[in-house]
Amino acid sequence: MGWFKRLKDGIITSTKDKKEAPDGLWYKCQRCKAASTLKEVRENFHKCTRCNYHIRIGSHDYFDLLFDGEYTEIATDIQSEDFLEFTDLKPYKDRLEAARKKTDLDDALSVAIGTVEEKPLVVAAMDFSFIGGSMGSVVGEKIARAIDYALTERTPLMIISKSGGARMMESAFSLMQMAKTSAKLSQLAKAGVPYFSFMTDPTTGGVTASFAMLGDINFAEPEALIGFAGPRVIKETIKKDLPEGFQTSEFLLDHGFLDFIVDRKDLKTRVGELLRLF
Amino acid sequence: MIFLDFEKPLENLYEQLEKIRQVGEQGDIDVSEMVQELEDKITNQRKEIYANLTGWQKVQLSRHPERPYTLYYIRHMCDTFVELHGDRRFKDDKAIVGGLGSLGGQNVVLIGHQKGVNTKMRQYRNFGMANPEGYRKALRLMKLAERFGHPIVCLIDTPGAYPGIEAEERGQAEAIARNLIEMAQLRVPVICVVIGEGASGGAIGIGLGDSVYMLENTWYSVISPESCSSILWRSWDYKAQAAEALKLTPDHMLEFGLIDGILQEPVGGAHAQPEEMAKLLQRHLQKTIAEFQDMDPDARIARRIDKYSKMGHYAAKPVTVAQPEEEK
Repeated sequence: MGWFKRLKDGIITSTKDKKEAPDGLWYKCQRCKAASTLKEVRENFHKCTRCNYHIRIGSHDYFDLLFDGEYTEIATDIQSEDFLEFTDLKPYKDRLEAARKKTDLDDALSVAIGTVEEKPLVVAAMDFSFIGGSMGSVVGEKIARAIDYALTERTPLMIISKSGGARMMESAFSLMQMAKTSAKLSQLAKAGVPYFSFMTDPTTGGVTASFAMLGDINFAEPEALIGFAGPRVIKETIKKDLPEGFQTSEFLLDHGFLDFIVDRKDLKTRVGELLRLF
Repeated sequence: MIFLDFEKPLENLYEQLEKIRQVGEQGDIDVSEMVQELEDKITNQRKEIYANLTGWQKVQLSRHPERPYTLYYIRHMCDTFVELHGDRRFKDDKAIVGGLGSLGGQNVVLIGHQKGVNTKMRQYRNFGMANPEGYRKALRLMKLAERFGHPIVCLIDTPGAYPGIEAEERGQAEAIARNLIEMAQLRVPVICVVIGEGASGGAIGIGLGDSVYMLENTWYSVISPESCSSILWRSWDYKAQAAEALKLTPDHMLEFGLIDGILQEPVGGAHAQPEEMAKLLQRHLQKTIAEFQDMDPDARIARRIDKYSKMGHYAAKPVTVAQPEEEK
């Protein structure tokens, strides 16, 4: 007879209710709280293995998912500068430096060329981890250069949006990037070079109101937040709760602003199909 | 007369002037000399105040309740004007107005944001905040202008595109984006002037053109100073600081090469002498239309796109020299 008596049999905290998962090995889903190993998540196209939540990933993850193998980055010789000497609670200069250090990226967008199912494609993909994926002069210029490349080589263009909108710290410069990117896209449309706009969580503000909504084909990942005004701003304006599912990919598809929604695991196949159909 | 907080010294002078005038009317004292003296003082004081306006003061002036709006200008500038309504898809937006007009004998299409002149009308005009159908009406009118070879005039004055549930359902973002891509390729001259507030996507949604001018006491920015304060400073109290940080005045915008010029307002602002302002605006529009009208349409479009392609400021990335690997 033992000195201690177990009152309840078995471990009673299920894995999903466990308070923390150690970094480096485990991924705890933001939505369903289920834990999976990082390896499992990676093999599942960076999605939760239980609820299929599409984890926010970066530009280079998308390049790896899409391209057949090797790809070449272009327009890598520019970076943002605090031209306006913008200071709120923190100087923009410091924000830029911190973002570069944290992400190892030049800015919130990278452009790469490669092939998808053996068809050439230019992909410009955004990084939310770089100041909320905000669009400033560098993002606008990189998109312009991606369009120039697509025009010269007559190669289709795909832009993967993931952004909170325009970058406030570049004030009117960032606003004018809406005009700049749209004006450049008008050249692409005129030349008859296809442009695919792929929206991921989140795509809002000036990005949605310029290049993201202008694809020959507009499509999105499931359950992404896509809109013009942010949900908080709308809620404050109308002083009412927002309906469930408002501003999701499914909402936009239903209202006629998307051609289809694609699961990340089918992304490459779908883009390959599109490339063959144009 | 409505005085803004920084116009207080003027208000005091006007009060004094009024008192002296009353004295003059009641008694037999000749006050004309004193009146003259005060009027000179007012003129000088006004010049002084208006010569050194801060960003936030320009924002306040752009929202002055007596400031003329689009329809005021149109009625004072055009010999004939027929307002046209509706986007042919959903409804007629009251926050953006437009129609066919004659400007000094030249047929044009005029489009602009419209604010209300009193409480009831402000609601009717949704405070100048357009829904998607407003932008789609604007595009419909621009296409009409293109079809008949009429130059397009866009007058910008909005605190932003309306952030509402229905606006999102009907594609606010798509409507603005569509205008941008279509305006870039319009085969007729597109002449834009910021006459009041130039807030964000709502402003640029009718603001991509061959020539973009700003009136002297207006602003243009990616976000209103209030929202900027609320997001970056996490409080509504830093709007004056935000206005400075955003560098949103016409002088800054011209210095940055983001607009093509500034149109001076009469002393005391457009609201002090609205008829004079309308004359100045008309002269500017006719001159600018003449400047762009004879250009070959393809060359004009190429010039327009080229102008926007150059907008942006960035630095060359410092070249990192690869460290030679140490031999092992």
